[in-house]
Amino acid sequence: MSKSARDRVAAVPQTGEDRIAAAFALRRGRAALMPYVMGGYPDLPTSLAIGEAYAANGADLIELGVPYSDPLADGPVIHAAGTAALQAGATLAGVLEVGEALARRVPVILMCYVNLVLARGAERFARRLSDAGISGMIVPDLPMHEAGEVRDACHAAQIALIPLVAPTTPDDRLTAIAAEARGFIYVVSVVGTTGERPAFGDHVGGLLARVRKRADVPVALGFGISTPSQAGEAADAGADGVIVASRLIRAVSEADDPAAVAGELVAQLAAGLIR
Amino acid sequence: MTDFSPVVEAGVEHRFGPYGGQYVPETLMPALAELEAAWVAVRDDAAYRAQLGGLLRDFAGRPTPLYLAERLSELAQREIWLKREDLMHTGSHKLNNALGQALLAKHMGKERIIAETGAGQHGVASATACALLNLQCVVYMGAEDIRRQAPNVQRMRMLGAEVVSVEAGARTLKEAVSEAIRDWVTTVATTHYIIGSAVGPAPYPALVRDLQRVIGDEARADLLLRAGRLPDRVIACVGGGSNSIGIFSAFVSDVGVALIGVEAAGAGMDSGRHGAPLTAGGRSGVLHGSLSAVMQDADGQVTEAHSISAGLDYPGSGPQHAYLRDSGRASYVAVEDDDAVKAFKEVTRLEGIIPALETSHALYYALHEDGADSTLDLICLSGRGDKDLAEVIAHDE
Repeated sequence: MSKSARDRVAAVPQTGEDRIAAAFALRRGRAALMPYVMGGYPDLPTSLAIGEAYAANGADLIELGVPYSDPLADGPVIHAAGTAALQAGATLAGVLEVGEALARRVPVILMCYVNLVLARGAERFARRLSDAGISGMIVPDLPMHEAGEVRDACHAAQIALIPLVAPTTPDDRLTAIAAEARGFIYVVSVVGTTGERPAFGDHVGGLLARVRKRADVPVALGFGISTPSQAGEAADAGADGVIVASRLIRAVSEADDPAAVAGELVAQLAAGLIR
Repeated sequence: MTDFSPVVEAGVEHRFGPYGGQYVPETLMPALAELEAAWVAVRDDAAYRAQLGGLLRDFAGRPTPLYLAERLSELAQREIWLKREDLMHTGSHKLNNALGQALLAKHMGKERIIAETGAGQHGVASATACALLNLQCVVYMGAEDIRRQAPNVQRMRMLGAEVVSVEAGARTLKEAVSEAIRDWVTTVATTHYIIGSAVGPAPYPALVRDLQRVIGDEARADLLLRAGRLPDRVIACVGGGSNSIGIFSAFVSDVGVALIGVEAAGAGMDSGRHGAPLTAGGRSGVLHGSLSAVMQDADGQVTEAHSISAGLDYPGSGPQHAYLRDSGRASYVAVEDDDAVKAFKEVTRLEGIIPALETSHALYYALHEDGADSTLDLICLSGRGDKDLAEVIAHDE
């Protein structure tokens, strides 16, 4: 193979799965840090600045939420942010532009409700994510047995379809979900919606172990992690990654300079994972 | 004697053609499986059937009458028969489902019930069933609906239910369902969600239909006995579509009987301010756990419905209705706010029956639209309209 041909091969973009695997493998802390930004909240440019502040302050990956009219898995903080983003004029196209810009810095995982995917058509949707350099997608209202069409489209576009598992998920479902998982498995720490909680329960270590036993991909914990010490506890409990959302969105909603405040919080979370 | 027990067409369907499914957070999946297993276990169980049948007869007042409305018949120039669900305890068909599901919750060992409500009829029915069966009851209701259906809010509280005001979005039925689902995601171990219409993730659309089918079974048997024939048309209003699927189900195999669902055209179909996703057509979508006809924008954001009647003010529809529409077995039309109010008054004056504003949509269609080919219409009079007096008076002013 000539040198130029080798360069061309090397220049072929990695798959979303590859980028996610590398982000977990090269993580700076004990667990990969994955902060959440709501696209278009409070507006599109600010949400991009927030994501860039995450990347500059220790985020290994970024979860980018698409605002949705009826977010059944979200608690009041993210629900309100999504409503505000839509009222401010956020569209899917605008949020994907934010994702495209952030994906030049760190792997981006899109969090998106299923009707937005079906409205555009699963194939077209997945191709658009691929074109934007987005690595993976989480669809919180698409359980495994309904995911066939979306999963095929994601495979074809080399987008990792990341499944969620919950404390209520029985072992046989867990095994089936883990077998289809790409990128990582998102473990929901609580029976409930997204939101800050004073502590996550003693069941989390056992839950993570049940998932890990069946998983070939990293296992990340989310819902209810809001402080550096909770992030550290999640890593201690065996999480390969931690996802922080409502705490950051609340800070954004209260701040005069959202990007600066969000960046500072992510730096603190990252520090909580370094030790 | 009428058999009051729910009759099941075939298993618990997850899909009706392409529609239906289970688009909900993973946390709920085991609860849906548990609910389906419990329903399959009790629906043919003699003890459950006897218990439910006894309550429907002695507590709720079934069978409800079938009434030949002579003055409406004269106006329409054909026989108009009304299935009087308004005469059921609590004033609407909703109690058929609420009693059946509350009993089911008891069998599952769940002690807390949540429900959503639009017009308040399902909330009242759920609160009533919970009072009877000693279950805790929380009802989610949009703030706008709390305003326009105040008598029902008072009834629910008097019955011991907690009514939670939902302030999100348009503050109507869609948001109330979303909030009930969020509650259920958090409390699923101890709580049963009594969904009030034939919507939601499987097994709900089939479960609610099975429990409402008693409307159609009674009406069909009574009509054959008294009119000696089947109707040319069966007409019912459709919000989520529980009274309509309940009455349609008994007639689906009678190919000569036209099935007509009447949605809310609100301020007019062209205005976009309506609650008629089945009539409007367009791309199907996912709302509240199932794929069906949904009002949405190009991105797939669910849009706000509008109707003067809180019970039809919903941008989605039951998945079996979408399938009946596509298959051509049923047809769907829409009636505007002003016309529904007109029928509300007409039926009140001509028959001495105050119909619910929801039902008034179906009545207007039967009395004033089409019908030249029909000599006998059967209309589901799904509820009484006492709750709507303030809204109708305000509409006039």
